[in-house]
Amino acid sequence: MPNLRTIKFTLNSVPVTAEIKLYHNLVELLQQFNLFGARESCGQGLCGCCTAIVDGEAVSSCLYLAAFVDGKDVKTIEHLDSDGKLSAVQEAFVEAGAVQCGFCTPGFILMTEQLLDAHPNPSDSDIREYLSGNLCRCGSYPEIAAAVKIAARKRRNVAPVTIKA
Amino acid sequence: MGSEMSISDRMPAGTFGSSPPRLESHAKVTGRAEYTHNVQLRNMLHGKIFRSSIAHGRIRHIDVTAAQAMPGVHRVFTGADVCKLVPSPYYGPAFHDQPILALEKVRYVGEAVAVVLADDPHTAEQAVQLIAADYEELPAVFDEVEAVTSATFVHDELKPAKTFADLKHLAGRSNTNVIVEFKLDRGDVTKAWAAADRVFEHTFRTPMVAHMALEPLVSLAEMNGSTLTIHTASQMPSFVRIELARLLGWPESRVRVKVLHLGGGFAAKTYIKLEAIVALSTLLANRPVRIAATMEEQAYVIASHGTTCRIKSGVSKEGRIIGRQCDVWWNCGAYADVGPRISQKSGFTSAGPYDIENVQIRSRGVYTNLPLCTGRRGFGVPNLSWAYENHTDIIARELGADPLEFRRRNLLREGKEQATGTVMPDDSIALVLDRLAERMNWSAAFERGQGVMRHGRGIAIGFKAVIAPTTSVATITINADGSCVLNMSTVDMGQGSDTVMAQIAGEVLGISAQSIKVSHPDTDLTPYDMGTVGSRSTFHMGNAVKLAAEDARSKIEALAREIGLTKGSNYPWSELFQRRYGMQAGNIVGTGTFIPPYAAPSSESGHSTNVTPYWMVGGTGVEVEVDSETGRVRITKLITVADCGALVNPRIAETQLSGAAIMSIGYALFEKMDYDGGQLTNASLADYNIPGMQDVPIDLVSVFVEGDQRGGPFGAKGLGESGTFGVAPAVANAIHDAIGVRLTVLPMAAESVLRGLHEQQGRRWGAK
Repeated sequence: MPNLRTIKFTLNSVPVTAEIKLYHNLVELLQQFNLFGARESCGQGLCGCCTAIVDGEAVSSCLYLAAFVDGKDVKTIEHLDSDGKLSAVQEAFVEAGAVQCGFCTPGFILMTEQLLDAHPNPSDSDIREYLSGNLCRCGSYPEIAAAVKIAARKRRNVAPVTIKA
Repeated sequence: MGSEMSISDRMPAGTFGSSPPRLESHAKVTGRAEYTHNVQLRNMLHGKIFRSSIAHGRIRHIDVTAAQAMPGVHRVFTGADVCKLVPSPYYGPAFHDQPILALEKVRYVGEAVAVVLADDPHTAEQAVQLIAADYEELPAVFDEVEAVTSATFVHDELKPAKTFADLKHLAGRSNTNVIVEFKLDRGDVTKAWAAADRVFEHTFRTPMVAHMALEPLVSLAEMNGSTLTIHTASQMPSFVRIELARLLGWPESRVRVKVLHLGGGFAAKTYIKLEAIVALSTLLANRPVRIAATMEEQAYVIASHGTTCRIKSGVSKEGRIIGRQCDVWWNCGAYADVGPRISQKSGFTSAGPYDIENVQIRSRGVYTNLPLCTGRRGFGVPNLSWAYENHTDIIARELGADPLEFRRRNLLREGKEQATGTVMPDDSIALVLDRLAERMNWSAAFERGQGVMRHGRGIAIGFKAVIAPTTSVATITINADGSCVLNMSTVDMGQGSDTVMAQIAGEVLGISAQSIKVSHPDTDLTPYDMGTVGSRSTFHMGNAVKLAAEDARSKIEALAREIGLTKGSNYPWSELFQRRYGMQAGNIVGTGTFIPPYAAPSSESGHSTNVTPYWMVGGTGVEVEVDSETGRVRITKLITVADCGALVNPRIAETQLSGAAIMSIGYALFEKMDYDGGQLTNASLADYNIPGMQDVPIDLVSVFVEGDQRGGPFGAKGLGESGTFGVAPAVANAIHDAIGVRLTVLPMAAESVLRGLHEQQGRRWGAK
């Protein structure tokens, strides 16, 4: 079986073609397109730093073979502001100061987008449950939880809550 | 004391003390922030490292022929090849004991032995599997206390760097694993034992723990003309340049070190890590090279000290601690790295933040056949506070005293001498403890429960000196259009230093933080800084930035005078340049250099009149729920109180305190590197658990008190570690409060709690 394969898929709404090695994972494929927002960290699908969305499902790109995205729709953190504007979730992360080193941030933001798609008004325990698969070694969890709530309000067009200075 | 500022030049309502969003927020939420992880160099090779599989042994032979023959492999090299370019390839901040690649011996499982350079990382990884090393295995030593008397020696002789006067006498010492021993004697502890009503002695242990920064170590190198450029995820660009230049025998100017955003540091990315190997790779292969560690590899090569701490106190009838003896053994692993500094600079705080007349401290850094250790968010203080705050709590409870009142009675207050003899400049320890008691509602009754679920509460307090003496330099460039760039080598690894430094500069210059561009460290352009470690930046670099901004401001005023403007004219800066140079031209460059006053502790007595530029004081109060059937501990409330001086950016400060507390929850309850014969058995995040969102207490509060900070920029000081001092001992004290079981070894996993309960009930462990 040849080691190389050509695949076609949709990347952040743009149809693309890529030549890949069969052992490449999705992180490596995205890097070929100069997309570095999905980051290989633990390499075992445990930390969420490499999160990408394939056909609407969040996947760990470090465990997802590049060949598997053939014919699929792939979205990364970089698609969220493709119109030049931050999404409500991204705005909320900035406002809540939910970013420290930022290495885990794209993964948390993509999961928050999914969380709010499924649960527009999540409870504290919904948030803790849904985001328990993402790790932040800086420990920004309280700010991230606050950002999710701000984002939920923004998405529902409710007046933003005031955050502590 | 108190929250009243003694700073005379505190400016009215400016950018200082406000909480603008971090400057790099937008880049980070869009996934476009630049990390060394992202750097790609044209025509680069990928390096993978062949590592020792044994803990201690002589290298008989390394066979690289099969690896070298593999298609796609460019070059394989070993320590012998390194020596052709660098005859004495030993490095380290205090001791020059670590070879770039192993020479003659390997000293821990995971030590770098050979490097494969290939066209792609997968080929390099496969080729590494084809390397075979033949070792004569030697006995190994792993325990820090055993290593002191062991007949197995990790190094044949001690090799202190010549730069430190206080280490010189150790050169050439052989037949020992003790790297350094810091001694402090205050009064006479033997007299205290005789005079004491009660004497208490306990031993406490902490395991080696991992940093697990989510961006694992990564470094790249390339030659640009005669300049070696290193792109690296490092907290210490200036040190990397100086040390690589020393190894190569080059001037500093031929080594250029560039650092982008860091995906977490926690002291894992200090001094030299992958930089020397990647530099040699580029020089030997004549090509740019990238070496990126995996998370497992990072866990194999870098840890934070395990400690044994024996602590003895004599207490008078009145409940005053009159004598305390501390024996501390720091497991430094196979190479000294920062161990000697921690042994001394945290060692002298081993007796805790108490006013004790007679103190004896012996703090030893010890070699073992384990990975080298660095600090981990606290520079050793969490290891020490684990001992002294458990010990202090045990004493209080055995005396039937309230743990809070017992601490109050013995607290190191303003004007009193710390064990070194340095006078405490303020009352922030008492301030922190008082606020903690208030926020814990300590005087109110507390329901402990009777059933399976028991409840307890505990407090702990700690303090830390900052590493000294260290230097920071900053420059600020005002461009002809009035825009402004701050150049410094402080590394923003998530702590928010870019924003905080811009706020300090902005405060002086009367402009917003957002209007200041902060450059990434690049040693060709950004001036010297000792490093982004030990909560030193806000104070040291903050002062340098303030001085640079003041220099720039006075140069702007001079320029205004030169073109005939009267003082107080409100012309925009661009107008000054336009008038002076006839067009958009010219620059103003302000510079600032800062090194605080400091007196090194005497090598005889450990005494010093000025042992630290400032103290960090932090306390923690927790409430826990203990499941008496499973031993599981849940922290239901966690309050952190810290003296952080005047807050530059309150929101970032709060995040620093809560982040430190959350990291420490892992340290308290489940983090431990498990070694089996020197082999790490839980090197990945699948096996080494770090705190996730579910581990955060529902009730998590961070509280600030503002001590008096004469020396800091606008009264500010470091705070990144202050939230780490009290968590583990506060949890231990709360577990004891709940179920009467005292744990002396970290982490406090459910199994340990349950064992303690079985012992308490006189049951054999494992029996029904």
